Amino acid sequence: MGKVIVVTSGKGGVGKTTSTAALGAALAQRNEKVAVVDFDVGLRNLDLVMGAERRVVYDLVNVINGDAKLPQALIRDKRLDTLFLLPASQTRDKDALTEEGVERVIGELKRYFDWVICDSPAGIEKGATLAMRHADVAVVVTNPEVSSVRDSDRIIGMLDSKTLKAENGERMEKHLLLTRYDSLRAERGDMLKVDDVLEILSIPLLGIIPESTDVLKASNLGAPVTLSDARSAPAQAYFEAARRLAGEIVPVTVPGEKRGIFGKLFGRKAA
Amino acid sequence: MSILRLFTRSARRSAPAARERLQVLLAHERASTGSDLTAILREEILAVIAKHVQLDGDRVTVKVDRDENVSILEIDVEIPLDAARAA
Repeated sequence: MGKVIVVTSGKGGVGKTTSTAALGAALAQRNEKVAVVDFDVGLRNLDLVMGAERRVVYDLVNVINGDAKLPQALIRDKRLDTLFLLPASQTRDKDALTEEGVERVIGELKRYFDWVICDSPAGIEKGATLAMRHADVAVVVTNPEVSSVRDSDRIIGMLDSKTLKAENGERMEKHLLLTRYDSLRAERGDMLKVDDVLEILSIPLLGIIPESTDVLKASNLGAPVTLSDARSAPAQAYFEAARRLAGEIVPVTVPGEKRGIFGKLFGRKAA
Repeated sequence: MSILRLFTRSARRSAPAARERLQVLLAHERASTGSDLTAILREEILAVIAKHVQLDGDRVTVKVDRDENVSILEIDVEIPLDAARAA
């Protein structure tokens, strides 16, 4: 059975879709079968970031309603054989998602794939709660910025109360993915530092993605950054995060930070 | 010439690609508000086939490729030898 990951944040625009695509492509490059699922019904964008927007035929709502079977709706990535996309519907609204329907689709995906990565919509309403409902692991995407950290805290609370795991009394595994991090500004004291965010949210760190022009370039081209420019700093950070998700112990480094500081960071607990 | 080409390739920008992708995508999305022609054709073609053949969801592949000026709708239906009798 595959693992179900929800990529969530509460706040919009912090990098959920970018991170879903990048982590999905990074895991697929390890030769594991990956499905990325867009839960943002009505405002889909994962197809665009993955470069599959011209090929969408059926979507998540079609599969839930039985208009299409799951294999018909899955779009295979043109670059990676083991990477698949299940797009969201663009013409329906979030009420088209039903709890039973989502449960059935996720259950089916888990049988075929090693990883099912659910890209949550922003907000705390139905789309977001259904995206996290069946997750085994949550990746909380946060920017080093006050409103993002506050919304992440709210989402962590929901992960601990509104998911199936939480309702069954199990512990929900949660990881922090800090995106758009600028170590120079943090060093100068103009941006929250990694440790500040970790102390406030107190969940383990999955990775630090540096602020980078490579991320926008990748979305311009319609390729996950871990595919379009695998050697770039954000891609390297996503590859490391993917290895940690897969259970490897990889020490966390702050991208772009001076060498002398690495020693200090070595002691930091990885996810 | 080849050196020049190498140079222009390395200097190729991503924004024009983004612009073109958006123009194609939005042209299709704006044109299909309310009625998506490829979706209508897909449903009606499959309905016609279903009149004669027992359609099995696992044996039907539908692909779409939306290009700048045309969309390609590709429907692959596996028709087993005994399908006509079964329907």
